[in-house]
Amino acid sequence: MTAANASASRRGRSRISHDTKWGFIFLLPWIFGFLVFTAGPMLASLFFSFTEYNGIQPPEFVGLDNYQALTTDRRIPLALTNTAIYAVLHVPLTMALALGLAMMLLRVGRASGLFRTIFYLPTITPTVAVGTLFLLMLSGNGIINQALGVFGINGPNWLTDATWVKPGIVIMSLWSLGSTVVIYFAALRNVPLELYEAARIDGANVWQQFRNITVPFISGALFFTLIVNTIASLQIFTEVFTMFFGAARSGPAQTSALFYVIYLFQQAFTDLDFGYASAMAWLLFAIILVITIIQLRLSRRFVYYEGDSG
Amino acid sequence: MTIQPGQVGGAPAATATPVQATAVKATPREDRGVGGPIQRALYLLLLLGATFLFIFPFVWLVSASLKDRATVYNNEFFPAPLRFENYLTVFEIAPVANWFVNSVLVGVLAASAVTLSSALVAFGFAYFRFPYRNAVFGLVLATMMLPGAVTLIPTFLIWNALGQVNSPYFTPLWAGNLFASAFYIFLLRQFFLGLPRELFEAARVDGANPLRMWWSVALPLTRAALIVVFIFELKASWTELMKPLIFIRDIALFTLPRGLQSLVARFNPQTGGEGEFQFVMAASVIITVPMVIVFFLAQRYFVEGIATTGSKG
Repeated sequence: MTAANASASRRGRSRISHDTKWGFIFLLPWIFGFLVFTAGPMLASLFFSFTEYNGIQPPEFVGLDNYQALTTDRRIPLALTNTAIYAVLHVPLTMALALGLAMMLLRVGRASGLFRTIFYLPTITPTVAVGTLFLLMLSGNGIINQALGVFGINGPNWLTDATWVKPGIVIMSLWSLGSTVVIYFAALRNVPLELYEAARIDGANVWQQFRNITVPFISGALFFTLIVNTIASLQIFTEVFTMFFGAARSGPAQTSALFYVIYLFQQAFTDLDFGYASAMAWLLFAIILVITIIQLRLSRRFVYYEGDSG
Repeated sequence: MTIQPGQVGGAPAATATPVQATAVKATPREDRGVGGPIQRALYLLLLLGATFLFIFPFVWLVSASLKDRATVYNNEFFPAPLRFENYLTVFEIAPVANWFVNSVLVGVLAASAVTLSSALVAFGFAYFRFPYRNAVFGLVLATMMLPGAVTLIPTFLIWNALGQVNSPYFTPLWAGNLFASAFYIFLLRQFFLGLPRELFEAARVDGANPLRMWWSVALPLTRAALIVVFIFELKASWTELMKPLIFIRDIALFTLPRGLQSLVARFNPQTGGEGEFQFVMAASVIITVPMVIVFFLAQRYFVEGIATTGSKG
């Protein structure tokens, strides 16, 4: 090694160690938080899931009992089904309606700004207030049923009829689709107009233009909202807890409105069954992980990125 | 000197320079008239219909908050005597003023803590070159997938062991934010990456401490992005229910969402309450109005922030 080389590599090394040192210093808050509030709790939670633990007596190792109990507890499939039904209704409906609104926004010129603001407004409304508001509007004689009555539809009791509790919650969730509209609108504005002109010249109809230009160009935004909305909907808690879990839990609380995270919360903080609740949490994590991986695989196949960045 | 941050890594400049972005909105690019004026009128009509559906619940909320026990469940649009006194009564029947102050305190602490810590970490990832940087950043992103339920119980046990449950300083509701948050690290890193390196090299040659560079060069240039993070977290904190359910016991220490939830439990006849739902509605207005004000003050940051998030997906 020549002297020049050595000195260069020494300089290089000292540069690297300067960067490494300062990088570490800047990352310290995250490293500490990760160890204390993520990695540590994950390990602890995994451990608790193999124990009987109420937070007072020391945890007692019970092997796979909690996971075994997951398979025999009838509320688990109930809560999972409720949550899945909600997600399957909420996510596609949110995406479709938001895309429709965003595409219309694109075609009304400057007025789009005002509409976008209006559509976004419900998403900043505190979730508990959304719950209380729809508690009133969805009630049997409420305004929604009165509006349906105008069209000759005899509305169900959205708050007590087991069949209609989840559709009611979905209706409530659609009020807050504004952030998805904003995301789609931003993506749609980046689609080059020239492509549509070229397609029209080639005789492509409106559907073909949508299918072959619009969708590929906004596929990144579509998959982003698919993944984020799915993960969020599987963890729905606040609005449903507000509506159905008061002083005395209302009828649907133990049946059609028992969502997974709510059941988990009850197990942990009402029944103080930390072991079982931890096992439930790991089941939820596994489900979210599998769904997200499938969605990411799909997105790799379908998402079109302009250029090679993304 | 004009700096156009945010062009690196596919990030649009929109959030970093919202003033310019707003100006861009009025350009013909937005004006994508496909079809003639009739079609456009149809779209406008449909959008106006949607506007009605989105605005109506707000109107209904205010209307119901001015009714009385007997009329709160009817569908009259204009309550016959407007009972503005509901808004005074609700402060008497529950410590709503306390809840309000608590929420403001927690919100400001939570938002400030997460903005500063996330900006620090994000700058670390954006500026310094160190081994395993991308792997560690991947780990940061991976934590976003972790459901809160997994860490919920151990986190409770930590704060409990530290004697912070029901703390008058609300520590469990905001102190976790001192350790940065994955999503905001991701967002802010994009903006720091957009800053030209030369800016920092000059400071570096002058012997500036990296912390100083971060504070007096990087932060001022990404002010808009920092505001986005701050108001996103303010909103998140303002609407958070589960944490106060777990960590706060005294009714006087409740935040607004926790307090409102307790009012539902008290006044919703369906869950065994007394049926004075107009007080729940009045409290719902009280919790909503501050967010609406914040939204209109910081509207461009909200909307551009959301738009940027999506285009980075």
